[in-house]
Amino acid sequence: MQETYNYKVVRQFSIMTVVWGIVGMLVGVIIASQLAWPALNFDIPWLTFSRLRPLHTNAVIFAFGGSALFATSYYIVQRTCHAKLFAPALAAFTFWGWQLVIVLAAVTLPLGYTTSKEYAELEWPIDILLTVVWVSYAIVFFGTIVKRKVKHIYVANWFLGSFILTVAVLHLGNSAALPVSLMGMKSYSAYAGVQDAMVQWWYGHNAVGFFLTAGFLGMMYYFMPKAAGRPVYSYRLSVVHFWALAFTYIWAGPHHLMYTALPDWTQSLGMVMSLILLAPSWGGMINGIMTLSGAWDKLRTDPILKFLVVAISFYGMSTFEGPMMAIKTVNALSHYTDWTIGHVHAGALGWVAMISIGSMYFLIPRLFGKTEMYSVRLIETHFWISTLGVVLYIASMWISGVMQGLMWRATNADGTLTYSFIESVAAMHPFYVTRTLGGLVFFSGMLLMAYNVWKTIKADDASPVDAIIPEPAH
Amino acid sequence: MPEYDLMSDFTSPFWPWFIFIVTIGGIFWCFYLLMSQKNAGDVAEGQEAQPTGHKWDDDLEELNNPLPRWWLQMFIATNIFGLVYLVLYPGIAVFDGVLGWSQVGQYNTEMEVAEEKYGAQYVNYLKQDVVTLAKNKDAITTGSRLFSTYCTQCHGSDAGGGPGFPNLRDSHWLWGGEAAQIKQTITSGRLGAMPAWGAVLGDDGANNVVAYVMSLSGRKTSGDVDAGKEKFQQLCVACHGAEAKGNIALGAPDLTDDSLVYGSSRRTIEKTIKEGRNGRMPAFGEFLGEGKIHLLSAYVYSLSLE
Repeated sequence: MQETYNYKVVRQFSIMTVVWGIVGMLVGVIIASQLAWPALNFDIPWLTFSRLRPLHTNAVIFAFGGSALFATSYYIVQRTCHAKLFAPALAAFTFWGWQLVIVLAAVTLPLGYTTSKEYAELEWPIDILLTVVWVSYAIVFFGTIVKRKVKHIYVANWFLGSFILTVAVLHLGNSAALPVSLMGMKSYSAYAGVQDAMVQWWYGHNAVGFFLTAGFLGMMYYFMPKAAGRPVYSYRLSVVHFWALAFTYIWAGPHHLMYTALPDWTQSLGMVMSLILLAPSWGGMINGIMTLSGAWDKLRTDPILKFLVVAISFYGMSTFEGPMMAIKTVNALSHYTDWTIGHVHAGALGWVAMISIGSMYFLIPRLFGKTEMYSVRLIETHFWISTLGVVLYIASMWISGVMQGLMWRATNADGTLTYSFIESVAAMHPFYVTRTLGGLVFFSGMLLMAYNVWKTIKADDASPVDAIIPEPAH
Repeated sequence: MPEYDLMSDFTSPFWPWFIFIVTIGGIFWCFYLLMSQKNAGDVAEGQEAQPTGHKWDDDLEELNNPLPRWWLQMFIATNIFGLVYLVLYPGIAVFDGVLGWSQVGQYNTEMEVAEEKYGAQYVNYLKQDVVTLAKNKDAITTGSRLFSTYCTQCHGSDAGGGPGFPNLRDSHWLWGGEAAQIKQTITSGRLGAMPAWGAVLGDDGANNVVAYVMSLSGRKTSGDVDAGKEKFQQLCVACHGAEAKGNIALGAPDLTDDSLVYGSSRRTIEKTIKEGRNGRMPAFGEFLGEGKIHLLSAYVYSLSLE
C-alpha cells in the first residue's frame, strides 16, 4: 500500500478555521455595536467591552488565523516536502491543545482574568499550555522538513518556519512573569514601567510581523501559484525580501510608543526601521501579484483568485499605511484615534481573513475528495460581500480617525481647545454605526462560507481522503 | 555622548555601542544585499525569465526574474533616508543627532510659542476681579472652553455634577461660593473626609442616624429619629454643626436640603454614614497657572448668577 499524507489534522484545523472565524467576528460585531450603542453592555460585567474586546482579538488572531495557519502549514509542508507529517501523535496533540487554549481563553477573558498585555492577555497557566503546544508544532513542522524527499526547501516553508520560530521567542519573552496565584490566575510581568511597554510592543508588533504577515505570506506563496497555475514570479525577490523582512520587522515595535516615556532614540530608531520595512513588505506583494501575470484572465472566472489577489492588494495597502503612520508627525495625529483601528482591520480583514478564506476554498474540497466547492457562485457572492464589508469598515474608521485627530488638536483664537473630548465622541457616532454595518456584512459572508463548506463535505460523493505521496521526482 | 545612563536605564556603556553597531551594520547589510542583486538575473530584451529548475508538489515552480528596478530604488532610498535621519535625530543611542532634537525640547518650544501667542490675554484678565469678569462675555467664553477641557470629566459638560462630584449650577457650596473661595478650591484643591461610623454606631444606631438626617429634609423612614438625633449631637455636630447646616471651612455639607453630593437616597446616606467618604478635588494651581484659574473661577461664579 502506498503511503499517504496526513490530512486528518489539516481537515480538523480547516473546519475550525471556519468555526472560529464566525465566533471571532460575531464577538467583533457585538463590541462594535456596544461602541455605537453602549446600552448593549446590559450592565453585565462579562459582556462589557473591556472583557469582550480581548476575546475578539484573541479569537480572530489566534483561533481563526491560528487554525488557518496550522491547517495550511501542515498541508504545505507535507506536499512540498513529499513527506508525511513527522510525529503524527504530536500533530494531533497540537490540534486538541490549540482548541483547549482557545476554549480556556473564551472562558477566562470574559471572567476578567487578564495580564492586560495586548494580544497576550492570557494568564500564566494558559501561557504554559500554549508554549507546550507551540513547541510541539515546531517539532512536527521542522521534523517534516528534515525528513523531506525534495532537496530544496520551498519558499512558503521559509516563511512558515520563521513564523513558528519567532512567535515562540516572542511569546516566551513577553509572557515572562512571576506567578503569584494558581486558582486566582494572577501573575506579575517580569518587566516594569517603560521597559514593560517596550517588551510588550516588541511582542505586539512582531505578532503582526511574524504571525499575521510571515505566516500568511507562507500561505500566499503556496496557494497563489497553485490557484493561478503559474510559477512564482521571482525566486531572487523572494530570497531578498524574506531576509530583509525578517531582519527589519523585529525593530519596528517602538512606533507604538511615539511621544511617550520611551527614550527619544528608541522612538526614532523604531520609526526609521518601520520606513525601511516598506520595501521588504512590498516584495511579497510584488511576488504575489506578478505570479498572476500571464493568467490575468482567470481572475474573471475564478473567485478564489479574486480573494487571493484582493488580499494581496490589501496587504500592500496596509504595509504602505503602516510605515506612514510610524512617521512621528503623522503618528502625532493618528495615535490613539480610530485610524489605527482602521489600519489594523485593513490588515486583519483585507489581508489575513481574505487570504485565509481564499486558501480554504481551494483546500477544503481537496481534503474531501472533491475538485471544487459545492457552489462557486456562493464563493463569488462571498467575495463581493467581504470586499464591501472591508471597505465600509476601513473607510468609516479612516474618516472617524482623522476627524478625531483633527478635533483633538483644533484650537480657538484664545488658545483654548475648540472641542471637548465628549464632542469628538459624539461626532464619531455615525462612523461607529457604519463600522458595525461593515463588520456585520463581513460576518454574514462567513455564514455563507459555513453553508458552502457544509454542503461540500456532506455531499454524497464527498469523503475524507488522504492523497498519496508521489515518488521523489529527483 | 548623551547621558545614556540617565535616559535609558542602561547599566553599562556596552549597550549603546551594541545598538549602534547592530543598527548601522544592519542598514549597511540591507544595502549590501541590494547592491549584490542589482544587476543579477537581468533578462535580455525579448527574452523571458527562466524557471530555477526546482519543482515541488507536481507543478510548483519559480521563475528567476530580476528584482524590479523601482522596488530596488525604493528600498535603497529608504535606507539612505534612514541613515540621514539617524545623523539628524537621536536614534543610535550613542549620539544625540546634529539637530539636538528631543521630545521634551519640542514640547517646551511649543509651550513657549503658545505662551507668547496667548499669554498676554490672561495677564490682562488678571487685572479685573472675578466678579467683574463673570459679566464679561469674552472672558466667560474662554472660561467655559477651559472648563470643557479640564473640568467636565468630573463635573459634567453642563457643570451639573454627578454622584460624588458637586453640581456647580445650584446654590449649594461645600467649600463656599464666593469668588475667592472658588479660586482657592481650584488652585489648591480640597479634601473632604467623612469618617466611617459603622463600627461605632452599629446597624441600629446607623439606622437611627439615617432616619434623623432624612427628617432634616422633611422625609420619613424607618428608625428612631430621636435616638438618631442624640447620636448626631454626640458624633456629627463637630463638623456638620448643631443645626446640621454644615461648615464650609471643612467642606461639611448642609444636611437640611435633599441634594447631597453623594446622593440623598436612603441607601446612599446609610453607606455614607457607615463607610465614610473621601472627596478629592485636585489642585490645578501648578498645572494651569493663575491666569487660567482666574477665568475658570469667573466662569464657575457666573453659573450661580444664572
